[in-house]
Amino acid sequence: MNSIEFPLLDQTTKNSVISTTLNDLSNWSRLSSLWPLLYGTSCCFIEFASLIGSRFDFDRYGLVPRSSPRQADLILTAGTVTMKMAPSLVRLYEQMPEPKYVIAMGACTITGGMFSTDSYSTVRGVDKLIPVDVYLPGCPPKPEAIIDAITKLRKKISREIYENQMSSQRENRCFTTNHKFHIGYSTHTGNYGQELFYQLPSTSEIPSDTFF
Amino acid sequence: MIIYLTEIQDIHFFFRLESFKEIYGIIWVFAPILILILGITISVLAIVWLEREISAGIQQRIGPEYTGPFGVLQALADGTKLLFKENLIPSRGDIRLFSIGPSISVISIIISYSVIPFGYNFVLSDLNIGVFLWIAISSIAPIGLLMSGYGSNNKYSFLGGLRAAAQSISYEIPLTLCVLSISLLSNSLSTVDIVDAQSKYGFWGWNLWRQPMGFIVFLISSLAECERLPFDLPEAEEELVAGYQTEYSGIKFGLFYVASYLNLFISSLFVTVLYFGGSNISIPYIFVSDFFEINQTYGVFVTIIGIFITLAKTYLFLFLSIATRWTLPRLRIDQLLNLGWKFLLPISLGNLLLTTSSQLFSL
Repeated sequence: MNSIEFPLLDQTTKNSVISTTLNDLSNWSRLSSLWPLLYGTSCCFIEFASLIGSRFDFDRYGLVPRSSPRQADLILTAGTVTMKMAPSLVRLYEQMPEPKYVIAMGACTITGGMFSTDSYSTVRGVDKLIPVDVYLPGCPPKPEAIIDAITKLRKKISREIYENQMSSQRENRCFTTNHKFHIGYSTHTGNYGQELFYQLPSTSEIPSDTFF
Repeated sequence: MIIYLTEIQDIHFFFRLESFKEIYGIIWVFAPILILILGITISVLAIVWLEREISAGIQQRIGPEYTGPFGVLQALADGTKLLFKENLIPSRGDIRLFSIGPSISVISIIISYSVIPFGYNFVLSDLNIGVFLWIAISSIAPIGLLMSGYGSNNKYSFLGGLRAAAQSISYEIPLTLCVLSISLLSNSLSTVDIVDAQSKYGFWGWNLWRQPMGFIVFLISSLAECERLPFDLPEAEEELVAGYQTEYSGIKFGLFYVASYLNLFISSLFVTVLYFGGSNISIPYIFVSDFFEINQTYGVFVTIIGIFITLAKTYLFLFLSIATRWTLPRLRIDQLLNLGWKFLLPISLGNLLLTTSSQLFSL
């Protein structure tokens, strides 16, 4: 919640009626229509799933769960994010179109929670992987607390400035890489070839015509 | 000199009249089209809101509440949000097919609205093959879906596109045979003539009573055409993520979203026009003319009543479609194709033969 405290200090906007009205319309439509990704890895998702039912009903706020990341605006990392799950989470985040928002739901995704001391596989904080907009503590947080986090996110969205979103839409994003595979012949002499050790491919070595 | 000046002034005056006439003619050509598109857009926004509200009512929820009064601006917020979203294109897909697919789906459905009679002779273009135009154009939409599924470079999208094409072809044929039965009864393929043929005997003249089996088959087939539950195998939210829409974001996904509700609305309109008498009302309202001595006001009143009656009947079928979505489970693909080819097709063909024989008998 650091970016909620001082949203207007480092951001400036033009004093134009047309661009301000367009900015307000864009903010209103985005805060009124947040479509969360159906994504859950652990017990926090049970609390998130109960929002879909009739007792808490997040449809009041315009939230419609989408199964595809291409149509989702919001991802709630509900549950423990392990190191095995981390690449999938990053991939899902990158597949979502801009603008997109993240709520870190629960102690496990904020600090690792009960797994933060002695687990070999837990990611201590999902903000090491993807940028987080709202941190929602609890183990697990109640559905009322999730609604409170969504309300805080709506307040954050209502103060955004639209021009900042446009600058991040011009890049090509390709996230696959070519793995190098070397075949070496080894005899039992005790010393192994240096080319068997894994070498990270640099970015310039990826040919650009592979993807287009 | 005075005579020359008068002639020049007259020439300028007539020239301005001619220019105004041309501008007026151009505006008058486009005005009904724009009014129809505006009405369709407002109806789609209302249908999206209705779906959220009716599903909330069925599930004992509140539904959209904070976006405008009673959440009526929710569909507008959804559309505006999708308009401002980033437009992602998969890198290894077919970019042209990926981009053209949603456009083909939306454009082919919007053209079908031009043959709907919303009131007595209140239709954009009274083609004498109006119903056939709708059937031909609704056969184009699956091409767009197949393009989208193939161009996404995603196996689940491709499966969704294939399912959409197979489903649409399977249920197009019973639908066409039912429409053929209606045109046999009405002696015309024009939608205006079909509505007129049903208004001879009032309530009991509707094709609902003359074609009960055709009505049921048409209802089921149109539900399958719109890919509504229990026939939503192309989307199948729990199986294929989102079917052919999986890779779509932003305004392209918005076009698919709009296309499904446009398709639902026009299917409901055609059920109303073909089986429920269109703008015909069973209660006579001749007494209303006593309050209005001027015929011009009476004509406007009749038109508004006709539009209201048509939309009221249409929203009955919209309610049935939306309520069906939240009450029935999904079929499997083999059950879906079995129902289409093995049950609906023989029933509609038998219905057509029965209609043909009764028409021959009545002649």
